[in-house]
Amino acid sequence: MKRETYLNAALLLILLVIPLWAQSADEPFIITLTTRAVIFAIAGVGLNFALGFGGLVSFGHAAFFGIGGYAMGILAYHAQTYTPLMEFPFVIEGTKSMPVIWLTAIITSALVAVGLGALSLRTSGVYFIMITLAFAQMFFFFTISWPTYGGEDGLSIYIRNDFPGLNTMDPIQFYAICYVILLLVLFFVYRAAHSPFGLALSAARQNEDRIQAVGQGPYRLYLTAYVISGAITGLAGALFADLNRFVSPTMFSWQTSGEIMIFVILGGVGRVFGPVAGAALFILLEHQLGGLSEFWHIYLGAILLGVVLFARGGLFGLFAGREVAHD
Amino acid sequence: MSTLLLIEQTLNGLQFGVMLFLMAAGLTLIFGVMGLINLAHGSLYMVGAFAAAAVAAATGSFILALIGSLIAAALAGVIVEMTVIRRLYDRDHLDQVLATFALILIFSEGTRWVFGSFPLFLDKPAWLSGTVMLPFGIEYSLYRLTIIGIGLVVAAGLFWMIARTRIGIQIRAGENDREMIGALGVNISRLYTLVFALGAALAGFAGALIGAIQSVQVGMGEPVLILAFVVIVIGGIGSIKGALVGAILVGLTDTLGRLLLPQVFGLFMEPSAATSVGSSLSSMSIYILMAGVLLFKPSGLFGGGH
Repeated sequence: MKRETYLNAALLLILLVIPLWAQSADEPFIITLTTRAVIFAIAGVGLNFALGFGGLVSFGHAAFFGIGGYAMGILAYHAQTYTPLMEFPFVIEGTKSMPVIWLTAIITSALVAVGLGALSLRTSGVYFIMITLAFAQMFFFFTISWPTYGGEDGLSIYIRNDFPGLNTMDPIQFYAICYVILLLVLFFVYRAAHSPFGLALSAARQNEDRIQAVGQGPYRLYLTAYVISGAITGLAGALFADLNRFVSPTMFSWQTSGEIMIFVILGGVGRVFGPVAGAALFILLEHQLGGLSEFWHIYLGAILLGVVLFARGGLFGLFAGREVAHD
Repeated sequence: MSTLLLIEQTLNGLQFGVMLFLMAAGLTLIFGVMGLINLAHGSLYMVGAFAAAAVAAATGSFILALIGSLIAAALAGVIVEMTVIRRLYDRDHLDQVLATFALILIFSEGTRWVFGSFPLFLDKPAWLSGTVMLPFGIEYSLYRLTIIGIGLVVAAGLFWMIARTRIGIQIRAGENDREMIGALGVNISRLYTLVFALGAALAGFAGALIGAIQSVQVGMGEPVLILAFVVIVIGGIGSIKGALVGAILVGLTDTLGRLLLPQVFGLFMEPSAATSVGSSLSSMSIYILMAGVLLFKPSGLFGGGH
């Protein structure tokens, strides 16, 4: 446990030092890269809540990532074109305010997660994997064939949205926002995982029958975990869209689901900070291998395969030893 | 809308369904016998298509191209099974998903490396191009009709193999109790390799047949893979019969949905809105179908419940 704490602290420190160094060395690209890593980490932390703590192998978290992205895209698009989002039964205007966008992303993802979760959790095991995948595909194809918001081409936003008191177009200031959100999310997930709910959830993952026997319905626990998980990933989606000032159906694609899952596995399933390590490593690999060869996905695939086959428990399993409570 | 168009689209849906069956049969067999969820199945489809395009370019013979696709995909299947997949049988589904996702990356980039990023073209042979007259004056593409025929023959062959041959008995026994058939002297690891190679060959074959209608390119396998997953989830994982029924259902829903839904909405909406809503809904239709099936039968139409 001790070593894991050191590792957590080291990760947070690295994510603080790199952009500060990049700022002083005038390397805005490095800051953007680190911002990507932080946002992916948030998405991974979200998935990890369902996957690591609840044992729910969702292969469709791109759905929430994309919903967050489109929440930002649609609101900012209407603010940018000065058209109301809807006029009946009451008028909703677009907005460029980040906090409002985040709240919309979180609430929308959570609501969708209630619906998808209620349906998907009727199944289990491999059916669950595939039904979550299929729902994400549903969103993917829907956005592709829905012309109002750009269809296949996606939506571009000219200027990054506003946050009171900050210039969000300045990379380091936008990074600060994302970093603080990551800290808040990590804190929330840590507290949730150690709350009575989190303990019951872990118990349900390890032995469904027993949790049933002590009067805790596993279905309710799983659904709550899935909704929280979806909401966090949705928030990450909104940030990601803001980083790129662009949303497109790609955010819903199954490769995105796969990548979010990779962050979790590379870092270590069920560790609060696992996805942070995973996302950072992924971005590092993408950057380093991408410079090495045009075909860097081959190396990524090989490394991933190596982790799954030989380094179970990911980076955290490698450096912090196997977690006691993790089965 | 004319009846002719409806019949033609129904045939197209059937052709699509039959193709999906070739993919789904392998997936469902591999899951049923080995308990493995194989995302790299789409890559084997792609390998088959590329092999066919390469052989056709070299020899000019479509038959040789098809044979080439079968051999290449089966060989790729055997290699992957013996080096990677074999280690995954005892792992949980999460590890399997991730490892086979890694395989997709390797396969896709490897293919891009060998063949380049541009799509290849595989022409259908002259003796299969053109149209045929069906009864009631329906004109239909000979090639697509041939695909339907081939698919149905393969389906019949699979059913016969599972039900009547020794290897089929071993496969069915392996689904029920793998330790027991091991104890009875069946070489399990060879059986697993064989089943995987069979599934791979079917996928590669499907890739080659479809490659002649669409272009042969990197990433062609993944959309089909996901549809094949939908198929086996609807049909019930592990069931060949379920795969056939699911594949036809998905094929028809997809094709007819695209044709009919915009027209249905056109009855009570203005044309442009009807087209947009209809096409949005029709691209989602098979996933709605899947959700609907799972709502009433959580382990698919013919699933025993894994």
